[in-house]
Amino acid sequence: MTTVRRHWLAGGLSAAVLVPLGWAALAPLRFDSREEVFEIPKGTYARRMAGDKVEILPSTIRLALGVHDVLLLRNLDDVPQQFGPTVMMPGQSFRLPFEVASDYQFACTAHASGQMTIVVEPEPSSPWARLRWRAARLWKAIA
Amino acid sequence: MDVKHLLLAASLFVAAAGARAADGAALKAGVFEPARAAPDFTLQGSDGAPLQLRRYRGKVVLLGFGFTSCQAVCPVTLGTLAAARKKLGARADDVQVVYVTVDPERDDAARMKQYLSSFDPRFIGATGSEDQLAAVRKAYGIAAEKVAGPDGSYTHSSFVYLIDRAGKLRALMPYGHAPDDYVHDVGILLASP
Repeated sequence: MTTVRRHWLAGGLSAAVLVPLGWAALAPLRFDSREEVFEIPKGTYARRMAGDKVEILPSTIRLALGVHDVLLLRNLDDVPQQFGPTVMMPGQSFRLPFEVASDYQFACTAHASGQMTIVVEPEPSSPWARLRWRAARLWKAIA
Repeated sequence: MDVKHLLLAASLFVAAAGARAADGAALKAGVFEPARAAPDFTLQGSDGAPLQLRRYRGKVVLLGFGFTSCQAVCPVTLGTLAAARKKLGARADDVQVVYVTVDPERDDAARMKQYLSSFDPRFIGATGSEDQLAAVRKAYGIAAEKVAGPDGSYTHSSFVYLIDRAGKLRALMPYGHAPDDYVHDVGILLASP
């Protein structure tokens, strides 16, 4: 391979990495909804009664002001359920907005630790914060 | 259509729009949809009489859980609720704070009355047997657990439920909100039919 071709290849690879990174850092964050949704599907109670270990809410939920700052819980099952901090009737939803960046602790019997934490971060307005936020969302989607 | 009918139609429109605005306004607290009837209970009130939630039908009820020996969470919550009632002025007559103990061993009616009065003499406490209180906590999804140690402390859910004039469980205010947030939300609930 000639030196010129090696330079072109290196340049192309660099651009393939840097352009998406630049976009992730600089492009404004846009979402259709600011809600982070968790649902108890129909049949969850029956699955639990059958011995399945069904985990729906993680013990830590991360939100960000101005982007995803509303927690929305829905009970789609046929029976009342302890969901996060509260009891929800069949078909009921619980919509909790956040306006202040902080860590919110809720006593929660549904978790082994007895606690659920909602981490609300400041609005990701700097390039680094946007990059971090997008990377975290990508990681969550893949995992 | 004559003038009388026009005025009637206009006033109905304004009333309907007002009700819609009151219902549709965003609460600072977490909102339940649809709202369900707040589970009622019969406990011993700190005023010495049996306490049922239906006693306060027609008022907005702020329902919290805690204990009088609490050093951290309860004093902050009760101080916030007292400040909110002061800010509400005359509208506070239509607001009742109910605080249910998670510590029946130590919190009898007299102790709760003395403790709650230090924040606001209009606050009312509720106590009962361990089984009665456990049933109330279960109905509301409240967690409470005694911490091992000599001081008999508890960890417990620290939010406050907002119950409207019709006895519907409308919202849940997480710990840490300012008095103004309660004033905002209570104002909306008081304006709702």
